[in-house]
Amino acid sequence: MKYEVVIGLEIHAELSTQSKVFCGCSTKFGAAPNTQCCPICIGMPGVLPLINKKALEYTIKAGLALNCSIARYTKMDRKNYFYPDLPRACQISQYDMPVCQNGYLDIVVNGSTRRIGINRIHLEEDAGKLLHDQYADSTLVDLNRSGVPLIEIVTEPDLRSAEEAKVFLETLRTILRYIDVSDCKMEEGSLRCDVNISIRPEGQKEFGVRTEMKNLNSFRAVYRAIEYEANRQIAIMEEGGTVLRETRRWDEGAGKSFSMRAKEHAQDYRYFPEPDLPPIEIDDEWVEEIRRQIPELPDQKRRRYVEEYGLPEYDAGILTSSKDLADYFENCVKLYENPKAISNWLMGDFLRLVNEKNIEISDVPVTAENLVKLLKLIDSKVISGPIAKTVFEEMFNTGKDPEAIVEEKGLKQITDRDELVKVIKRVLEENPKSVEDYKKGKKKALGFLVGQTMKATRGKANPQLVNEILLEELEK
Amino acid sequence: MELYKLTVHEAVDLINKKEVTYQQIVQSALQQIHEVDKDVKAFITLTDERALEDSRQLDAVKADEEGLSVLAGIPFGVEDNICTQGVRTTCASKMLDNFVPPYSATAFSRIARQRGVLMGKLNTDEFSMGLTTETSYFHETRNPWDLNRIAGGASAGAAAAVAADEVFYALATDTGGSLRRAAAFCGVVGLKPTYGMVSRYGVISSGSSMDQVGPIAKNVKDCALVFQAIAGSDKADPMTATARVADYVGALADDIKGLRIGLLRECFDKGIDKDVKEAVLNAAKTLEGLGAHVEEISLPSVELAPAAHCVILSAEVSSNLGRYDGIKYGYRVERCQDLDDLYKKTRTQGFGDEVKLRVMLGTYALSAGNYERYYLQALKVRTIIKAELEKAFEKFDAVVLPTCSTTAWKFGDKVDSALAMFLADKYTAPASIAGVPAITIPCGFDVNGLPIGMQLMGKPFSEATLLRIAFTFEQNTDYHIKRPAIDWR
Repeated sequence: MKYEVVIGLEIHAELSTQSKVFCGCSTKFGAAPNTQCCPICIGMPGVLPLINKKALEYTIKAGLALNCSIARYTKMDRKNYFYPDLPRACQISQYDMPVCQNGYLDIVVNGSTRRIGINRIHLEEDAGKLLHDQYADSTLVDLNRSGVPLIEIVTEPDLRSAEEAKVFLETLRTILRYIDVSDCKMEEGSLRCDVNISIRPEGQKEFGVRTEMKNLNSFRAVYRAIEYEANRQIAIMEEGGTVLRETRRWDEGAGKSFSMRAKEHAQDYRYFPEPDLPPIEIDDEWVEEIRRQIPELPDQKRRRYVEEYGLPEYDAGILTSSKDLADYFENCVKLYENPKAISNWLMGDFLRLVNEKNIEISDVPVTAENLVKLLKLIDSKVISGPIAKTVFEEMFNTGKDPEAIVEEKGLKQITDRDELVKVIKRVLEENPKSVEDYKKGKKKALGFLVGQTMKATRGKANPQLVNEILLEELEK
Repeated sequence: MELYKLTVHEAVDLINKKEVTYQQIVQSALQQIHEVDKDVKAFITLTDERALEDSRQLDAVKADEEGLSVLAGIPFGVEDNICTQGVRTTCASKMLDNFVPPYSATAFSRIARQRGVLMGKLNTDEFSMGLTTETSYFHETRNPWDLNRIAGGASAGAAAAVAADEVFYALATDTGGSLRRAAAFCGVVGLKPTYGMVSRYGVISSGSSMDQVGPIAKNVKDCALVFQAIAGSDKADPMTATARVADYVGALADDIKGLRIGLLRECFDKGIDKDVKEAVLNAAKTLEGLGAHVEEISLPSVELAPAAHCVILSAEVSSNLGRYDGIKYGYRVERCQDLDDLYKKTRTQGFGDEVKLRVMLGTYALSAGNYERYYLQALKVRTIIKAELEKAFEKFDAVVLPTCSTTAWKFGDKVDSALAMFLADKYTAPASIAGVPAITIPCGFDVNGLPIGMQLMGKPFSEATLLRIAFTFEQNTDYHIKRPAIDWR
């Protein structure tokens, strides 16, 4: 029998506000344990939470970017459970009145567009962290993260494969970064994802029994866990068994998932309205103000790049995959009339070096102005394409102006015909075998001779001119 | 002169006339504390050294003729569920026996900024849950009018200390009647302000949606003075955003002509002591005699208030007290096997029975399946009570009712009758659940000479009107002048 995999995601993204959601403590990642805490976020008796308006604004912004309707009246709720990283033994979250509801996100998988429903987005606080490895027999609590604002994004069960889930997450991450509400670093835990999976025979309408997978720390883990879990469930069905409703934990090292707890042991969180915070009213004016702050989103941008700049879909996709890269591209386009040439450079050497050096695009020392200058040096034949690559690498390392580099290192292209004729004659003399081969009809020998000429000029010869002269000389 | 017997405004008068020093006032109060508190047991923690030092400094300042505010130098006490920076704040629980908060409650800070002199922290029921201080981890506070009797609860320490002239006034909290009942049992004045009128910042939460700080004082004028100092919005408590402060001392006119006062019929039918009923009905007649229009009013929903209050309070308590888990501060059991064991043993040993009962009730009321049946139902009742009161206040400036159906009972009398204990809230729960202000003032004595309290409820932010009615009543009666006259030994 053929089965269909049904997937829904619950994504937690830490909001990149300066301060926590219910107090003024910093949210900066990586500080020494328990140095970014106050009586409010460590749950001391008698102190009261105060809502960070910025966190609410970011939640609304995320909702608008994901096509949600925004509640005009909402409230915070308490979710009660005991755990040492939760100092008040209750988390301030939202239960039945989330800030955002009924949205969607379009994703492109294998060339076709799929619309994935967003059930809700709500605002809540993060818990602290338990450190198990610092001392042999004890577990320590770090409350720096306690009270960092989070949004929980819940999708509809609209995803149908591991690939779709991965693309969804990538697209979502791009958008959250575009609108600057979360840095979405899975490795720092600022983006986390739980996966609900079930399977059903193809054509069946009812959903199968779902399991929830936790502890997925990378996109790769999400992908692998879905593949694994779908296969596990299919194997159970094939053997005539039943899938249990349970929470499972993914073990990335083992490449397997393990049962954590069955549904009947699920906790009763005893949600009730947070009595320390008044209900929240959101007016139209504020929503519109936030809407105006939302920049052009990747999907629109991609379409515009194709239409306005005549770029291939592929190029447009890559250039818009990050707002920083798209901004960089647009800065270049303002200064230079050939978008495809810019695109080639960005997708080629630029991204190669960004990846090699593992730096952020915003930290690349090459300014858009200097990249354009480099392109103009090529156009005006001051340097050759191959030399331009060397110059670019130097620019990338030092941030220097390309003209200065060319000057300094004597990299100007040789375009003097007489000078090149002299060099080429010498090359032909030194390689009689190749000349003979060429004349016998082995056209490949020409390539070798071009290479030898470039070598003799240390790459500075104008390649077109070299070709021209070589052919002339060989025909003589 | 027995300076400790003075009211706040009398003491201020003498200070201004330079007839007494701050040190003399504080020493006099301290002497009274040493004299009587071994019997009354109002205090959990005494801050006598700090009080003496404060008064020394104040005298030095006064010598420089610097303007000081009215409450400067006046000895006061604070219920021990209100945080005082650097001074142990226990909530009368083993759980917080050694808890010294690094911050102060806003209400306390506002008095401290006026340089009021803190004498110490006053006994209460554990986490303010109880009617008698029998649930206090430390001791029972005894009624200065009869040491064999309770002084109310939870705010018994605050009311008894004021009644016994140990302090000039006290700050206490009221969640379902705690402050008002204790004040009534001890024959003093107590005001529970509108919810959101006084900051809850630094007040250790029990029922967050009802907790309010208010003054307990020897008379209405002192009550107004203290209330003026603590009232008003506070950035640290979002619920105070809409607080509207008036001139409360200025509102104290001896004139209630034309005010419309409702007499709550439901209170006088059954389950009320004969003496209490008579005293309150007499008081209503007095008000009528002073020019108010007094008319019977029926508010059937108030009968539901104690049950709804019990559910909402327990639910909030069950969540608010989750933080006492032995991980961060407070009591932690010494030996345990694992995390679950740590939680269980810490909470089993750190909390008393009443608190555990409340936590279990609240957990039950909020759990899946019960939420709609209990918690949501209680919220609906709250809405109904609010609406009914709102309607009543369209017609009336205040509603009169007894503060409690009885006077102070003897220790141990009602311990076995959980229902009687529960019903002791019946006249005070409505104002708590609706978030409206209510004041209690002495209005008579029962056959045993024990004080009886009359309660006045008003619409939100009508404290000035309530204080004016109470003041007028006080000016024309002398119940508030009588002090406990028993032998201390």
